[in-house]
Amino acid sequence: MSALAVSDVSRNFGGVQALSNVSFEVAPGERRLIIGPNGAGKTTLFNLLSGALAVSGGKVMLFGRDITTLPPYERAHMGLARTFQITNLFPRLTVLENVLLALQATDKSAFSMLARMRTNRQLFHNAESLLQEWGLTAIASRAAREISYGEQRQIDLILAMAMRPKVLLLDEPTAGLSAAEVVRVVGMVRSLPKDMTILMIEHDMDVAFALADRITVLHQGRLIAEGGVAAIRSDPNVSAIYLGAD
Amino acid sequence: MNAGPLTAVTWRRGLAAVPVVGILVLLLLPHFLSTYYLGLVVQMMIFALFAMSLDLLIGYTGMASLGHAAYFGVAAYATGLLALKMGWSVWLALPSGLLIAALTATLFGFLALRTRGSYFLMITLALSQVVWGIAFGWRSLTGGDDGLPEVPRPNLDLPWSLTDETPFYYFVLFCIGVGTFLLIRIISSPFGFALRGIRESETRMLSLGYNVWRYKLAVFVLAATFAGLAGCLYVYYNRFVSPDYLQVVRSAEVLLMVILGGAGTLIGPAIGAALIVLLDNVVSTYTERWLLVLGVIYVVVALFAPRGIIGFVREFRAKKAAP
Repeated sequence: MSALAVSDVSRNFGGVQALSNVSFEVAPGERRLIIGPNGAGKTTLFNLLSGALAVSGGKVMLFGRDITTLPPYERAHMGLARTFQITNLFPRLTVLENVLLALQATDKSAFSMLARMRTNRQLFHNAESLLQEWGLTAIASRAAREISYGEQRQIDLILAMAMRPKVLLLDEPTAGLSAAEVVRVVGMVRSLPKDMTILMIEHDMDVAFALADRITVLHQGRLIAEGGVAAIRSDPNVSAIYLGAD
Repeated sequence: MNAGPLTAVTWRRGLAAVPVVGILVLLLLPHFLSTYYLGLVVQMMIFALFAMSLDLLIGYTGMASLGHAAYFGVAAYATGLLALKMGWSVWLALPSGLLIAALTATLFGFLALRTRGSYFLMITLALSQVVWGIAFGWRSLTGGDDGLPEVPRPNLDLPWSLTDETPFYYFVLFCIGVGTFLLIRIISSPFGFALRGIRESETRMLSLGYNVWRYKLAVFVLAATFAGLAGCLYVYYNRFVSPDYLQVVRSAEVLLMVILGGAGTLIGPAIGAALIVLLDNVVSTYTERWLLVLGVIYVVVALFAPRGIIGFVREFRAKKAAP
């Protein structure tokens, strides 16, 4: 069974067709890179997969279950996590609190109104060790809006990983990072459990080719190529799009 | 040795004593104050709870409501009517008032929570005007513009009669104390923590797996219930209820209490409420143009202390701490 199956999915905004009849399947544990020039519909695709936007047509299946009309939080509970192209953290909360919120989402106590949040030692322990694991303990008590952009991107990733998802959607995690930070984030992605299915949008071809098991190429809302790294690298259509040649 | 951190620690120790001293002062107050001033303190406490309940929405969840008086007033009317016309005791009339406030908020929540930001502000305002219209128009039940006079004070079957100001003061103090304790528990609970997450980023909360709508409805109903408690106490205090209780001016006033004191804390709105009640009383002895004064206060706060009194104090202390 596929981890994720997208069949005939479309989305239009008014008269603009952002995605037209896109179909593909991702196997469990696969690293699938989604590439394509600006405006190809990559982020729209992620918004449809995560439930932030409704599809105009088509179907999305997560491990054989139809999730097309489920709200985002239910998809999250089924093991689907995402990061955001534009950093989306809790700006006035500390880094530790950001991670705590991510961990609390799946905790039984999440809706409890009279329990004391501070006494949930297990939650604090998990959050602290997660930050320690990624060497971010030093910034734990700083507000998320005050840390550097590179650190924010890493926290964005950690929030999604804290959910221990089965399928993880990464929307350009390396965008705007320095060369050293790119290496670090790529390392983080590489170290994720092998059974976690990952879909990742990436602009940097070197990063994409280095991480991918398979690559899907979108162009103007259509899926124009799909295959292994070697096949995509030598695909004349793909190089035509990227090099601007006909 | 560095003196900076040491003073900071002393500060914090000093601050920890504030609630204890505060409670002691409130307990002993009837021995020092005349009936008039005791009544003023009762009003301050009632509006402090009202303002704190609104801050649950504004400061903690990021939802600015301009119709919060609806729940204060609905509960006041329910309690007043049940006590006056049905002769219900406080044990029945007060919980009924809270229940009515909660039910109204559930109904209104379903309508208002579809919107955000200024649209939420407008729809909560509109919904509260509906309630005001009913109170104003349904003369046979509510007495219309004349209101309902002579609501009896609660009878608790105690040796002291609550028609006297001192026993009534302790009755209100007890109710406000319980309300404040519950509010503190709520904001320090996992639920309260999630509310702050919603304030910061709804989309992130959704993708983390929080059913944001459910949290918003719950906090909307909770805030209305606490506002309802304030309303019930106010009707017992004044022994009177009129459409003024759920007017838009009252909603704006409580909003200003929150902003003046500082949203996002409980103590801020409580201080804001106490100040506004005090000012209202002082100003009213000189002029009838209270609303004008209120407007000026609003402008001054917006210009010079946009984060309210608490925010102003915090910034001042942060400046002092940083060399």
